[in-house]
Amino acid sequence: MPEKIDELLKEPLLVINIGLKGFSESLAEQGVDVIQVDWVPPAGGDKELMEILDKLI
Amino acid sequence: MPLGFRILKNQYFDSVFLMGVNKHLSDENGVQQTAVLMGSDGNKKLLKDLGLYDPVMDAAQANDLIVSISADSESIASELLARLPEYLKGGVEAIGKTRLSTLENGLTIKPDANLAVISIPGEFAAREAKKALDHGLNVFLFSDNVSLEDELMLKSYAAKQGLLVMGPDCGTSLIGGKGIGFTNAVRRGSIGAIGPSGTGLQEFTSQVHNAGYGVSHAIGTGSHDLSDKIGGLTTISALDALENDPATKVIAIISKPPGENTLIKLMSRIKNCPKPIIGCFFGVQTIPPTGCSMFSRATTIDEAVRLSVVNSGGGDHPEVNDRNILMQKLKSEKQGFSFKQKYLRGIFAGGTFCYQAQQILRGQGFPVFSNAPLDKKMLLDHPTHSRENCMVDMGDDYFTQGKPHPMIDGTERKRRILEEARDAELKVLLLDFILGYNASMDPAGELADAISEAKRIVATRHGYLSIVASICGTEEDPQDLKLQEKILEELGVIVFRSNARASQFCVELLK
Repeated sequence: MPEKIDELLKEPLLVINIGLKGFSESLAEQGVDVIQVDWVPPAGGDKELMEILDKLI
Repeated sequence: MPLGFRILKNQYFDSVFLMGVNKHLSDENGVQQTAVLMGSDGNKKLLKDLGLYDPVMDAAQANDLIVSISADSESIASELLARLPEYLKGGVEAIGKTRLSTLENGLTIKPDANLAVISIPGEFAAREAKKALDHGLNVFLFSDNVSLEDELMLKSYAAKQGLLVMGPDCGTSLIGGKGIGFTNAVRRGSIGAIGPSGTGLQEFTSQVHNAGYGVSHAIGTGSHDLSDKIGGLTTISALDALENDPATKVIAIISKPPGENTLIKLMSRIKNCPKPIIGCFFGVQTIPPTGCSMFSRATTIDEAVRLSVVNSGGGDHPEVNDRNILMQKLKSEKQGFSFKQKYLRGIFAGGTFCYQAQQILRGQGFPVFSNAPLDKKMLLDHPTHSRENCMVDMGDDYFTQGKPHPMIDGTERKRRILEEARDAELKVLLLDFILGYNASMDPAGELADAISEAKRIVATRHGYLSIVASICGTEEDPQDLKLQEKILEELGVIVFRSNARASQFCVELLK
């Protein structure tokens, strides 16, 4: 049985929110432990450069 | 060609903020059209489609902001562009100023995170989701415009890792009583739900709450999950999880029209479900037999709620609206129609409401055209042109490219309501209002002027416009449910807390 999914349903949510800040705010309003990531396109959004970066990291 | 544009290097803002800026700019006097977008490839194509493109924009990158304006004069465009800093105030997302900008940054602070919620432009979303899965996180992927190939890759990978991918294009999930994305405030209980449709889950969970019961988990799967290309991978994982969840006594699946092969596969899986399971599949005429006594079929969300409550050990809940009062309202509404008035138009924010209303009308012999039809031969020639009885999903991509979804902003629906009112054959308008986290704080107030004006326009033709609405929400939602109902009722709108009941009332008005 995939235990990660079971844990998700049993344990309190601990969220990394990547993108819209409103989603972080509504989760926090409900008492969820959430951290906001203000995402920006890596490598200036250059997809070829992103692929190279992915291979390097 | 735009009359003015500006490219702001290294100024990244999220799409919801930019849609707000776009709306403020487009509301200014003398402005014809505006676009406020990040310089991604997808957005550059959109600028071309909108006629707001200039070759100089080719140099812009995904973290450069493009503001492009078409106006009555060059001076209007220049003046607005000069005032840009004012419009962009509050969206302080310039690169370098933010604290955390990557998933890895987040994980250094919360290494035990169990869920990544991702709402970034679709062309970058699969990459971030894959990274989250690599780090052992479940994923709620709100972003749309993720390819089916990427979706299949993510979901197959997640299944191998024992992880859940809710999405892409997933608007709603409730995990352990906490709402992610567009959700309503509902109490916890023993009823579990799964669905590719956000508004379907919102209507289901709100009605469970309003009936006095509660929800264990409601797992959104993303709008394409039950397509034959994806094969219901998340739906099956969610079903496994809810079967194993001791808090869940009964499971409901609420779905837009599923793929034929996927439905067969899903029904074969449902056969082995040890818990009572209810399936509400819109647009499906015949369901493959399961031979399973635990399975019940519901044709509406209301019926799915009733069956779920009964199967979880609760009683049959009574109808909220009193039959006698409804009969009086029906009689009174019908008195004002002129002989020229014939047709119903549904103008929806929620895609599932558009499907459900079509199914109810069709089931009682009324053919319905739509931009999102249950039956392909009833597809509208163009989403902006209604004909006969017609249901329009205003949340469809056609209406939301570069513009806020109607659940957040009522501008496009207001425009459409007034257009419909100018059609002499219009008899009934059916609307939906969706409350909850992240939705508009005053959806009824936003449409109030358009509703009054539409009624006035029809009255000048010596007719009467009947307006029927459903409100999806609970009294615990951030908006005031009762106030929203009052606003509509004072405008002469007949209000239900169920799209199915509102649709049925429309059927009676058309008879």
